[in-house]
Amino acid sequence: MIQAILVFNNHGKPRLVRFYQRFPEEIQQQIIRETFHLVLKRDDNICNFLEGGSLIGGSDYKLIYRHYATLYFVFCVDSSESELGILDLIQVFVETLDKCFENVCELDLIFHMDKVHYILQEVVMGGMVLETNMNEIVAQIEAQNRLEKSEGGLSAAPARAVSAVKNINLPEMPRNINIGDLNIKVPNLSQFV
Amino acid sequence: MALKMVKGSIDRMFDKNLQDLVRGIRNHKEDEAKYISQCIDEIKQELKQDNIAVKANAVCKLTYLQMLGYDISWAAFNIIEVMSASKFTFKRIGYLAASQCFHEGTDVIMLTTNQIRKDLSSPSQYDTGVALTGLSCFVTPDLARDLANDIMTLMSHTKPYIRKKAVLIMYKVFLKYPESLRPAFPRLKEKLEDPDPGVQSAAVNVICELARRNPKNYLSLAPLFFKLMTSSTNNWVLIKIIKLFGALTPLEPRLGKKLIEPLTNLIHSTSAMSLLYECVNTVIAVLISLSSGMPNHSASIQLCVQKLRILIEDSDQNLKYLGLLAMSKILRTHPKSVQAHKDLVLQCLDDKDESIRLRALDLLYGMVSKKNLMEIVKKLMTHVDKAEGTTYRDELLTKIIDICSQSNYQHITNFEWYISILVELTRLEGTRHGHLIAAQMLDVAIRVKAIRRFAVSQMSALLDSAHLVASSTQRSGICEVLYAAAWICGEFSEHLQEPQQTLEAMLRPKVTTLPGHIQAVYVQNVVKLYAAILQQKEQAGDAQAAQEVTQLLVERLPQFVQSADLEAQERASCILQLVKHVQKLQARDVPVAEEVSALFAGELNPVAPKAQKKVPVPEGLDLDAWINEPLSDSESEDEKPKAIFHDEEPRHAKQRPPEADEQELARRREARKQEQANNPFYIKSSPSPQKRYQDAPGVDHIPVVQIDLSVPLKVPGMPMSDQYVKLEEERRHRQRLEKDKRKRKKRERERRGARRHTSLHTESDEDITPAQRVDIVTEEMPENALPSDEDDKDPNDPYRALDIDLDKPLADSEKLPVQKHRDAETSKSPERQDVTVMEKKSKKPKRKEKKHKEKEREKRKEEAEKEEPGVNTAVTAPKEEQEEPRGEEQDAGEDGEQDLEKKPSKHKKKKHKKDKEERSKDKKKSKKRAPPREGEAEPVENGALDEEPLPSMSSYSLLAENSYIKMTYDVQGSLQKDSQVTVSMVLENQSSSFLKNMELNVLDSLNARLARPEGSSVHDGVPVPFQLPPGISNEAQFVFTIQSIVTAQKLKGTLSFIAKNDEGSTHEKLDFKLHFTCTSYLVTTPCYSDAFAKLLESGDLSMSSVKVDGISMSFQNVLAKICFHHHFSVVERVDSCASMYSRSIQGHHVCLLVKKGEKSVSVDGKCSDSTLLSNVLEEMKETLAKC
Repeated sequence: MIQAILVFNNHGKPRLVRFYQRFPEEIQQQIIRETFHLVLKRDDNICNFLEGGSLIGGSDYKLIYRHYATLYFVFCVDSSESELGILDLIQVFVETLDKCFENVCELDLIFHMDKVHYILQEVVMGGMVLETNMNEIVAQIEAQNRLEKSEGGLSAAPARAVSAVKNINLPEMPRNINIGDLNIKVPNLSQFV
Repeated sequence: MALKMVKGSIDRMFDKNLQDLVRGIRNHKEDEAKYISQCIDEIKQELKQDNIAVKANAVCKLTYLQMLGYDISWAAFNIIEVMSASKFTFKRIGYLAASQCFHEGTDVIMLTTNQIRKDLSSPSQYDTGVALTGLSCFVTPDLARDLANDIMTLMSHTKPYIRKKAVLIMYKVFLKYPESLRPAFPRLKEKLEDPDPGVQSAAVNVICELARRNPKNYLSLAPLFFKLMTSSTNNWVLIKIIKLFGALTPLEPRLGKKLIEPLTNLIHSTSAMSLLYECVNTVIAVLISLSSGMPNHSASIQLCVQKLRILIEDSDQNLKYLGLLAMSKILRTHPKSVQAHKDLVLQCLDDKDESIRLRALDLLYGMVSKKNLMEIVKKLMTHVDKAEGTTYRDELLTKIIDICSQSNYQHITNFEWYISILVELTRLEGTRHGHLIAAQMLDVAIRVKAIRRFAVSQMSALLDSAHLVASSTQRSGICEVLYAAAWICGEFSEHLQEPQQTLEAMLRPKVTTLPGHIQAVYVQNVVKLYAAILQQKEQAGDAQAAQEVTQLLVERLPQFVQSADLEAQERASCILQLVKHVQKLQARDVPVAEEVSALFAGELNPVAPKAQKKVPVPEGLDLDAWINEPLSDSESEDEKPKAIFHDEEPRHAKQRPPEADEQELARRREARKQEQANNPFYIKSSPSPQKRYQDAPGVDHIPVVQIDLSVPLKVPGMPMSDQYVKLEEERRHRQRLEKDKRKRKKRERERRGARRHTSLHTESDEDITPAQRVDIVTEEMPENALPSDEDDKDPNDPYRALDIDLDKPLADSEKLPVQKHRDAETSKSPERQDVTVMEKKSKKPKRKEKKHKEKEREKRKEEAEKEEPGVNTAVTAPKEEQEEPRGEEQDAGEDGEQDLEKKPSKHKKKKHKKDKEERSKDKKKSKKRAPPREGEAEPVENGALDEEPLPSMSSYSLLAENSYIKMTYDVQGSLQKDSQVTVSMVLENQSSSFLKNMELNVLDSLNARLARPEGSSVHDGVPVPFQLPPGISNEAQFVFTIQSIVTAQKLKGTLSFIAKNDEGSTHEKLDFKLHFTCTSYLVTTPCYSDAFAKLLESGDLSMSSVKVDGISMSFQNVLAKICFHHHFSVVERVDSCASMYSRSIQGHHVCLLVKKGEKSVSVDGKCSDSTLLSNVLEEMKETLAKC
């Protein structure tokens, strides 16, 4: 079972938080902070497994993470999951994001948290791995996007226009914010499935 | 109204969407909290509007804020509103928000039940999918109970997308509502063989999760999983299965033997590291479970260890980590093989990666022996000094204590050394494990009697040193050791060199800064010390000194009387009074030492932690029975107001308890004495406590060993424990020399010529004798302690509820609760069988909704009668049963009678079609149970049926038999593999020999071939994956590939095996002839009557017919036979005429019209292949002829 999936950037700002076990919001934030501090002090060339200890659940649980450019993807799993398998799953998830957002970067995750959740829902459900075949995942996402489009989407066209107008006066457009190397480079790892 | 709408949409234009919110937050870095609170106010406004789009937008933003740590549970109701929106876009937002913030404590969650049920049965697969995903995150016991049936229905949905989600969520349902496990399990099991790999993977996932917690209940699935393992190519599934096998093998060693080969094959063939690693892991588990009986596996263990060593030496840190992890598994059972790699492990202790260091630490636990313990601990102590983080240092500390104390201090040869290590550890600042060290000190001092003198001297030094007391102000845990130190010094004060000095140390003013519970122990032990000193002084006749000590106590104790801690204060004031009294006596020159010492007479023995629990309940004692009759409620209620409003009435007016006569009292007294005598915890009064004290076996009989102080105890600049290492080495060296000398003498005496010097000191653990004669006192247990292994089970374990026997038939009470219609309530038809195959080939989505309800009902019924499958006495023939035949008549033509369900009759008709379909499936499933009754064609009025029960049918037919073994077999096709059939062979050992190395071989024909493992030639046999002890039978499955299925086939084959009994083993074989009938290529496939009609109309089927005379069996039984033996399903049945359908593995349709006349049955068949049809009919004729 996967207990939690956390995505945060190099500064510890959460980009995706998905707990499969109930924690009050403040505890969630505390776990994110502590996890961030745990992974931050680790070099990139040491192992991707971390014993979470008291963080979630106890000794049966492990943190398995990958670091892509500005983002950390952390999965908290118990002993029923294969460590290397989860590493591959993270890779599948990120590659799926890459496909769905076309060259995914941190900004995509920032502004489309909901969509990232929907993608994740097709990969992991209720803490259990649902699908590992990327083509299947992408196909389902696209089908749902089409369905949404046919319904007119959440924000209708006029609202978009207005929000564009509103943005003219903003001192700084987010696209100009420099977050360094934004594109998550998806390394060519050996395909798992 | 119109105006309002216009206004709404204008407002809408200025609403922020999620992107605007994110942007806004990023632009307000300085006053983020303020900005967000503004936004929340806006969101609250938006939630008040009627427009669902506005609400959804608001909820979407809330979900984002939730991620930032804001509690959004106040919007739970709005979230439900959005969940119930009709548009998928909004629904999805609602469910996402719900999955993020709903939990069992959310009170509005019960409002969602019906909405979720509606979404689950929605025609759009994505509505259903979104509901399932959401539900998986917030399912509660109530939701699980109410929705279990709906979800179970979805497990057979036509869309694999829904099926896999439904299968996966069942695990959550089981967890919350364990009662659902048994009813749902057959279907879950079926999904293991789902044609869609995603669904299959989900089912494997769920079963693995279940089996991980309670593996023994899932042993029966092992053959199925074995098949999956050899056939699946999905690495995820493989990993899960292999992990599962790792959990199963300890319970079934035979499984392990079977596994070794395929696993090693996988190890060689796979390129995925993850799979390889899991394989190695499971091989290890297998070897561990096997090794007990089979010595030759130690080579394999070595091999595994070697492989792991390669992993550990790999530059990839991940592999290194996992290698160490797997190594620790071997360690538990084969410490010796791991010990060989001590160098590697110690090397990993220096790794820069903390995860790896921690794993290496774990391994150390098993690497220690008497020989190397000191060395390893020394190394760890240097790590302790170097460690930066407190967590790692704490981990080191616990590991040191763990490895030293493991299995009752097995590896410690020198307890002085251990005590000094513990004392050194107290220098660690900021550790959380002070209590651990303290517990060790207490344990060692109490249980190793020989060490007490030394321990006391060390402890008094600790009490004396200032740093521990000082540290208490930092609230760190290390001051806990003072608790142990004070107690040891007090309890074993007779060993103290200078008790007075220790006493003074314990009475220092600074002590009052210690935590209360430590102060309390101080107070108590001060008195023990005091008693010892008094005794000492009085014996020396130094009354003056004795009085001085008393005076010291009287002066210092008041500081504890003022303590804020209740216990310290209470003890102190009590003892202060006592000491003052002693002072008075002393002033009168009365000797008091004896009496004060008596306060602490007797020795404390260590008591096992579980001792209390293990006290057996004495016979005849009923702990639940009332001792006194409980007062009735009315009495107690009446009394109180009286006391308030009346003057106190004289008590004697009340009933007195009847006075027990003398005899009764004496009897009770006797019984009480008896009980006390049996009670180990009852402190019996003894004649003279003083005498006891002197007689106490403890003090004088402790084998006190003189410590060889050849080296002074304290060398400046050198940690103490090191000296002990040196001392110990010297001692061992001396010992060795002595032993060698002795040995040499002996050898010389024995044989003069042969000279072999053992210059190499290969001393084994056993050679090292401990320095002290260590007498480790075992913990006490009460007499007749009940052996129980349940001690370690946590009663709160949520998985415990899922420890359910899945092989028992379902009981009546176990049905899943279903939303009921009025007429459904009475339905309890005993004629339905397990509806397990629910592969719906129907492409009519409009039916779906109805079907769900239908299936719910069926499910219930089917559960209801599983319990009593053979009961045909329909005395209580329920309404439902009467209703059905009527429905069939409707199907046959007339329509629209009075409708009991108050549904449009159109639906009803469909329902009945469905009913029949189920029934036909039932029959197929009836293999092992007594077969069900078939629904009656004629309406049954009173429910009393003249049914004859069906003869029991078995599809297994005899293959071959000799004195050793009996083989029966059954051939089954599967629609998924179009040219393969599976032959299930039951092998029964009829002899008293043990049968092993069974191998099956057949002579392949052009048309039919046995599927052999890759790489083997056509002449090789296929090993049977099990062995047979006498009298045991087991089933093996073999796959055959068939090219043309239109004609029957026969294959010659041989089973060879080794029969082993007391006299020896012989090689035996048994020839057989496998008969593949055309029937065996048919697979029961349900068919709807309209589809069936179309098929017949299409005209591309050829026709043939057959007639059999002299049949006395009822038509229903004939149909059941055809269904069972020839894999057909009934499409429609009217009176004595029925249409049936089946399909071959290569997709031929076979349709039958079966008519019953007087004493005869005629079968007309239509099939897309005429040869197949005629062959099937021939076979059917044979079957019918037997009727």
